[in-house]
Amino acid sequence: MEIFITLGDKEIFIPDSIVNFVFIALFIVIFSAIVNKKAKNTNPDDVPSGFLNVVEMLIETINNLVRSTMGEHNMKFAPYILTIFVLILCSNLYGLLGFTSPTSDYSVTLALALATFVIVQVTGVRSAGGLFKYLKGFTEPNFLLTPLNVIGELANPVSLSFRLFGNILSGGLIMTLLYALFGYLAPVLAPPFHIYFDIFSGGLQAFIFTMLTMVFIGGATEA
Amino acid sequence: MLQGISNEAFVLGCSAIGAGLAMIAGLGPGIGQGIAAGKGTEAVGRQPEAQGDITRTMLLGQAVAETTGIYSLLVAIILLFVQPLLSAL
Repeated sequence: MEIFITLGDKEIFIPDSIVNFVFIALFIVIFSAIVNKKAKNTNPDDVPSGFLNVVEMLIETINNLVRSTMGEHNMKFAPYILTIFVLILCSNLYGLLGFTSPTSDYSVTLALALATFVIVQVTGVRSAGGLFKYLKGFTEPNFLLTPLNVIGELANPVSLSFRLFGNILSGGLIMTLLYALFGYLAPVLAPPFHIYFDIFSGGLQAFIFTMLTMVFIGGATEA
Repeated sequence: MLQGISNEAFVLGCSAIGAGLAMIAGLGPGIGQGIAAGKGTEAVGRQPEAQGDITRTMLLGQAVAETTGIYSLLVAIILLFVQPLLSAL
């Protein structure tokens, strides 16, 4: 669903991908609130059951992943990692419901990559101990390599966002072409391709995005 | 031969050919990812207990190697759907 907002004589067009993305974000917020309430009401000594068990397993997995990739001192980033993982996974799987995935819009993936980029830069400045010391790191090992270092740093969000965008968009395009090819046989023949392009590829891209985010943030704290 | 073709049709056809040529770049990541997967399988065969770490590292390396392929895909998609050459006519 697209939204048209009319402000005076100006018309603002909000594409359906962004509306869907906000919708997913709201869904995750409500879901987290319910989980939070449930977790507070249960006795911590009991064995977790059912629904809470799944959530606990997910959090444990992400915590272990962050600990092994970024180290014990970076555990404060674990909530951010879990958030973007769940957000991207839900956006990629949204294509299964018959809508276009929000991540097949470049503005969404660029926003996600820029959030990671800002965190990487802020952590880099903090761990270097001041802005000047951080900028001085770009002139190593030789001041002639400064342009290359700066370009290398700026290429990270570009490649991060284009990877997710390209994969999900091409998956959606190929599914559209396959639907046109199959015609009336689509309900029988399409599901295996949905398993590959939506579930496998979407899950893998969500994992890779979070993995690269962890590597970038981990690299910024070491430098 | 070219007399009956309008300018728009010519630019559109050339854009389609360009998109096809751009996707030749898909060869490189394919070969690279295949080599990475093969080496990953070898490593798991040699050291089955480290399977989780090996798989994670392999996927990360493959994702980075895929970047050039994704760039070519974007060039092809832009040529086909945004058609920047048509507006420059």
